[in-house]
Amino acid sequence: MSREVYARLVEEFPGSSLEYLEGKEPAISVKANDLFGVARHLKEKEGYDYLSAVTGVDYPDRFEVVYHLYSMKERKGPLTLKVSASKEEPEIPSVTPIWSGANFQEREVYDLMGIRFAGHPKLTRILLWEGYEGHPLRKGFPIEGYKSMGQEEPS
Amino acid sequence: MTEEEYIAEQIRRNVIITTIDKIYNWGRRSSVWPMGFGLACCAFEMICAAASRFDFARFGMEMMRPTPRQADLMIVAGTVTNKMAPQVVRLYDQMPEPKYVLAMGACAISGGPFKDTYNVVNGIDTYLPVDVYVPGCPPRPEALIEGFIKLHQKIEGQTIITSPWYRKGVEREVPVPALGPRGLVIPGEEDE
Repeated sequence: MSREVYARLVEEFPGSSLEYLEGKEPAISVKANDLFGVARHLKEKEGYDYLSAVTGVDYPDRFEVVYHLYSMKERKGPLTLKVSASKEEPEIPSVTPIWSGANFQEREVYDLMGIRFAGHPKLTRILLWEGYEGHPLRKGFPIEGYKSMGQEEPS
Repeated sequence: MTEEEYIAEQIRRNVIITTIDKIYNWGRRSSVWPMGFGLACCAFEMICAAASRFDFARFGMEMMRPTPRQADLMIVAGTVTNKMAPQVVRLYDQMPEPKYVLAMGACAISGGPFKDTYNVVNGIDTYLPVDVYVPGCPPRPEALIEGFIKLHQKIEGQTIITSPWYRKGVEREVPVPALGPRGLVIPGEEDE
């Protein structure tokens, strides 16, 4: 099913960075620049009206944000969308204007992973408090937090 | 029976002599009202202890009070996160004297499986004076009731003469920790 959606997406967005990832859970990889257009197309033309989950992943060389899309109207899904972000300044466009359910989930990813979402209406910490140092779910974060002043500053 | 004999008999049957402490503590321990709040999974065991099978109303804990102003006992049931700790300490400060704290479960005692992590308090006794510890993960309702009985014994052992909460000039307020950039800080005790 994802493969047919992928084929239609490639027709719709020629020259974009779409990529089909084989596997047990097939996914469509997209570059951050194309994410917003692809996401809007998926909602408006493909009927994926429900964003189930926004997940952040910390890989050794990159950050990745994974979107799981379902269609409530057509009873189909999930469609997995993956977006990479750089390790130094992770920033990708927000999909909150398309699926407003992304609002809190993007804030959570920002809080715990430190991935910024450009265009988010209120990108503040949601679980931890404002002023907290570091992003705890990053692999480089010490489990007990930055307790002593001797430890390195969070990036 | 003459009138005098009658009065003497009535006095013998109706007047009981005891100590202030005994009757005062009996009254206090028979009406310990806990505050109704839970922080994590231990709260369900606490709710279960309040419900019909275990029914801690049998021990005079008639109902959970929704306000700290009417509560005598704070049951810290569950993991205390750094973000929640200031509110827990503030609730404790709002309770009237005499007040007691029962730390329920591994998390409230020491942090439990989350000990030494970035957002969990290593035991609520870091901030509050705990009277009874009930270990378990989570403790069964029987264990919680055993903790209540231990608390009753503690209350019965106290005396009004030395009780700190009626004394003048005793500072009993616990400082509320604040959220700092690297965890909780007690105001005025920030290390450089």
